[in-house]
Amino acid sequence: MAGFPILSLVTFLPVLGMIIIMFLKKEQALTIKYTTLLITGIQLVVAVVMLLNFNYNAQGVFQQSSFQFIEKFRWIQVPGVSWLGTVKIDYFLGVDGISMPMILLTAIVSFIATLSSWNIEKSIKGYFALFLLLDTGMMGVFVSLDFFLFYIFWELMLLPMYFLIGIWGGPRKEYAAIKFFIYTLFGSVFMLLVMIGLYFSAFETLADGTKVHTFNLLAMMDPSNFSANGILSPFNPSNLRFIAYIALFVGFAIKIPMFPFHTWLPDAHVEAPTPISVILAGVLLKMGTYGILRISYPIFPDITKQLMWWIALFGMINILYGAFVALAQKDFKKLIAYSSVSHMGYVLLGMASLTTAGISGAVFQMFNHGTITAMLFLIVGVIYDRAHTRGLDEFGGLAVQMPIYAGFVTVAFFAAIGLPSMSGFVSEALVFVGSFSVEGIRVLSILSSLGILLGAGYMLWTLQRVYLGKLNEKWANLKDLDVREYLMFVPLSIIVIFLGVYPSGMLNIMTTSVNTLVNLVNNGFAKVLF
Amino acid sequence: MTESLLITLSIVTLFLPLLGFAVVVLTGKKFSKMYLFEMLIISATLLISLTIAFFKLSYYPHDIVASLDWFKFSNVPGIGTLNFEIGVKIDNLTALMLIVVNLISFLVHLFSIEYMHGDPRYNRYFSYLGIFTFSMLGIVLTHNLLMMYIFWELVGLSSYLLIGFWFEKKSASDASKKAFIVNRVGDIGMFAGILILFTNYHTFTFDKIFEQISMGHLPFNSPAWLTAAGILVFMGAVGKSAQFPLHVWLPDAMEGPTPVSALIHAATMVAAGVYLVVRIFAMLTADAMTVIAIIGAVTSFIAATIALTQNDIKKVLAYSTVSQLGYMIMALGVGAYSFAFFHLVTHAFFKACLFLGSGSVIHAMHHEQDIRNMGGLRKKLPITYYTFLISTLAISGIPFTSGFLSKDGILAGTLTFGKLTGYWFIPALGFLVALLTAFYMFRLVILTFHGEPRDHHKYDHAHESPFVMAAPLVILATLSIFIWYTPNPVGADQGWFLSKWVKTPHTVVPQNQRFNFMKTEEKTAAAETSEPALHEAEAPVHGEITHSEMYTEAMHASHYPAMFLSIAMAGLGILFAFLIYQWKKISADMLEEKLRPLHKFSLNKWYIDELYDATWIAGTLAFSKMLYWIDSVIIDGAVNGAATVTRFVSRLSGLFDTFVVDGFVNFTAFLSGFIGLNFKKLQTGKVQTYVIFVVFAIIIIMLVFKPY
Repeated sequence: MAGFPILSLVTFLPVLGMIIIMFLKKEQALTIKYTTLLITGIQLVVAVVMLLNFNYNAQGVFQQSSFQFIEKFRWIQVPGVSWLGTVKIDYFLGVDGISMPMILLTAIVSFIATLSSWNIEKSIKGYFALFLLLDTGMMGVFVSLDFFLFYIFWELMLLPMYFLIGIWGGPRKEYAAIKFFIYTLFGSVFMLLVMIGLYFSAFETLADGTKVHTFNLLAMMDPSNFSANGILSPFNPSNLRFIAYIALFVGFAIKIPMFPFHTWLPDAHVEAPTPISVILAGVLLKMGTYGILRISYPIFPDITKQLMWWIALFGMINILYGAFVALAQKDFKKLIAYSSVSHMGYVLLGMASLTTAGISGAVFQMFNHGTITAMLFLIVGVIYDRAHTRGLDEFGGLAVQMPIYAGFVTVAFFAAIGLPSMSGFVSEALVFVGSFSVEGIRVLSILSSLGILLGAGYMLWTLQRVYLGKLNEKWANLKDLDVREYLMFVPLSIIVIFLGVYPSGMLNIMTTSVNTLVNLVNNGFAKVLF
Repeated sequence: MTESLLITLSIVTLFLPLLGFAVVVLTGKKFSKMYLFEMLIISATLLISLTIAFFKLSYYPHDIVASLDWFKFSNVPGIGTLNFEIGVKIDNLTALMLIVVNLISFLVHLFSIEYMHGDPRYNRYFSYLGIFTFSMLGIVLTHNLLMMYIFWELVGLSSYLLIGFWFEKKSASDASKKAFIVNRVGDIGMFAGILILFTNYHTFTFDKIFEQISMGHLPFNSPAWLTAAGILVFMGAVGKSAQFPLHVWLPDAMEGPTPVSALIHAATMVAAGVYLVVRIFAMLTADAMTVIAIIGAVTSFIAATIALTQNDIKKVLAYSTVSQLGYMIMALGVGAYSFAFFHLVTHAFFKACLFLGSGSVIHAMHHEQDIRNMGGLRKKLPITYYTFLISTLAISGIPFTSGFLSKDGILAGTLTFGKLTGYWFIPALGFLVALLTAFYMFRLVILTFHGEPRDHHKYDHAHESPFVMAAPLVILATLSIFIWYTPNPVGADQGWFLSKWVKTPHTVVPQNQRFNFMKTEEKTAAAETSEPALHEAEAPVHGEITHSEMYTEAMHASHYPAMFLSIAMAGLGILFAFLIYQWKKISADMLEEKLRPLHKFSLNKWYIDELYDATWIAGTLAFSKMLYWIDSVIIDGAVNGAATVTRFVSRLSGLFDTFVVDGFVNFTAFLSGFIGLNFKKLQTGKVQTYVIFVVFAIIIIMLVFKPY
């Protein structure tokens, strides 16, 4: 395995697909679809191969030697530009226990979303080309270990998303697309500033002994790489580091989305076509929390510890606020969108605990929310395709008309409620185990548990309004799931139940890295480990 | 039969019903006879369970435990290894529960073959019974709190599915939703309690937690947290066992098919709450026990008063279930541990019999449930009548029945508790409820089976149930006789059930957190120190004897007073019922007239549902609407406002650009154009004009510079 650029393969395979599609004719709709399916299928296989070759005992996080599938070479080098010095940017990819689950998630969700894109009718060629580009952007974010590269992928994913919502979306698609784009870009500006600040503060020693500024994330985690007077150096007594942390956090928080930066999400979801909602909720939101774990936590452990109460507070607000607002919705898709806000709150709460159980719960919850919410958006998509409406009060009794569909609905809804035996329970329970064990945020943890009550409330109420009761005669001709839809729901249901019964399957991947991260943050800096 | 074989068998019996569920759910549409597969499964489960119970009770005095790591975190900073264990523990309680759960489950399966006949989702019904049996067995077999919570939620799911089985009815889907959500309230408390224990002890296993507490390691080093943990875990029982203030879901749960009510909402699942308290009994402090006793007593009283006036046959039984569960909880609160568990078992049988009996009546009356339209059914349904009567005698606490034994024990326990602690209102409520129970149960029997039929049409079509429905009734009624539990019809103490199988566990609570009557006497403590060898030989696994001698004596003294008083109360209740409804010496209508406010209060269930609707439900919905308004108007308004402001500013700068910046550029151009335009007029091309300019220029220079 060694030496084979598997991460580049998994990341850029979709671009290859995009190029193939560009050479196909507009009329070859089916070929385009099968090409995309094949490409995402191969990507999924590659991700699984990675998992099979994954070393569960490698720490990663800050230590280059224990990252896996590393690819690192000089990408850009401009020698000696006056005051700038040598500009050096690496093409640096690698995986540890925190990114591995995200890679699997991206591959799974992209594959399912391709199946769900089957009935897209408008300009198919453009749609699938952009779809594949989006796939590359997401995957790139999860494998980059160089801040510059990370930033490029982060921005790369914006462009196709903008067009996918703006062209293939619903009635208010332009508004939603622009709101999404500008809001995220607004956050990216902060990220860019912090990135440049860090670049000018940190050094990397080259093979010939010269010190150059660096975008290498791992180098930024080591305090010995900072000069005493660098603006974002840990030795600098000014509170610029604190401000930088918050700026970076806001950049990530918009993506999560964290209250009060969440209002782009319901609009984007309501307008986006089903497969794009699936990707958006399934993968994109995780980029925010992943960014915090990958960048904010290990580079700013000092500030992270100072602010943990605030992160937990915003986690709690997300959980409760999202749940309450979901309860007030009349639009099925909007309800699921707000439930995402609530469920991402658990990720924040778990992360804030800075314990192994809490952070494992958070990473696991990222994965589980990805699969479960993907199912929920597919469920909305199924009736929207058939009935062309999403009003919660316009249905009723669909369980009689579409029993197989209703079966999957029951699985997905109870998974979202956090029923034991489904994956969501384990991650939420771990989040609570972690956050409750920390005295400082115990009260917030207890208050957050109200979210599991409200969650049962809005999900079961929805189940009742749409699926139970007497069949609304208007919908007496709706057909049950077809084979393609079956293929979307079955694998997701299996994953959700399998991980609910056997959570070790996912938790073992991350434990070593999470422990390392917990140590790193709690002990201040990387050098003082173990 | 080795221990490991017993463990294996218990795992088989746990997963068989799940297999049944999976197979029937996946194939039920294709094969109409799949329910027979489910019958096969439950029969096998029953046989294996009986085997396990027999071997455990006969040959193994100690507990059989096996566990494995479900998942774990190694090398956790500051902790080491964090294990999330799952495991099986077979002790006497488990063995007895295995018999109760599987026997009733089997009988209910049998009963349902006929009762549910012709239902369009017939197979699915049986598969749901399968997943219920699986979840319930999980609760019974587990040795730790985490697994308890997991199966706790799973029985909640099966209960949700079965209450809402006829989900086309709005009332059914409402009831199932209500049941799940109300239970979640209790579950949050339970989960918080579990978190307190796990945070401190890093284990979910009952025995390991108790061991740590007995070694003096209290949660967060404070007895208050121990009390809190006990009460919070008990909250799970408040939800599942329908205790006040979370009892409201159980009566509504009667929307489910009647055999389901018998199995889940009377005999087994609702008793899981009692079982949970039984499991954590060893760590309950005096304060926690007081809370539990009060909740139990209040619940049993409220439910009994509501049952007095209900007219739906299933509603009466539902409230009587709530009331009897309150009894069990109260019994645990006052320390009458073994009688609480005893009552759980006896109640399971006679209440299942009552519910299946009501199912038989409802079936015969073509889904009529209102007792005002019944009457005289004794002649039409003799088997149903006699089995129903025996169970009613049992629940009323008449000698020679199982209910008499367990109820009498509980009442003696409350009396002792009142004597030793001064909380006299608990025995007072206990005996009052005994009277009310006898009254409303005989009211039910008389109105349903005695007298003249009030709806002749339905009466004429009524018919006794076939064998598969009658057999479970007979079996359950037989199990309501004393002989199965003790040879002595008036004292259960000598019976094998209490003397051999169910013993009060050793408490692990620190001395100063116990009731006085549970404290270890000074003398004994001294003896322990002087004779360590003896102590060791007799030492339990951990903890100390729960009841002091003072308690044993007091309990002994209460035995006969409690017995006579409880018989008197039951007799009085039955007498009133006959006076009013059978012999009509006292007019029911007149009573109703005279006590109108009280009657209305009872009929409307103390208005508790209305109160919750108006406060919690309406409040939550209003709050959620308000937050949504804030979200769309203020927060999103701020976002859109920022966009508007940006656009306004950009328009302003656009204007500035157009008029000022570009204006300046254009003005410059204009100016040079203007100047050029005007100055070109000087260029005339005539030599004379130029000569004049030159002359003028020379004159000006001469005047200005004065070169002369």
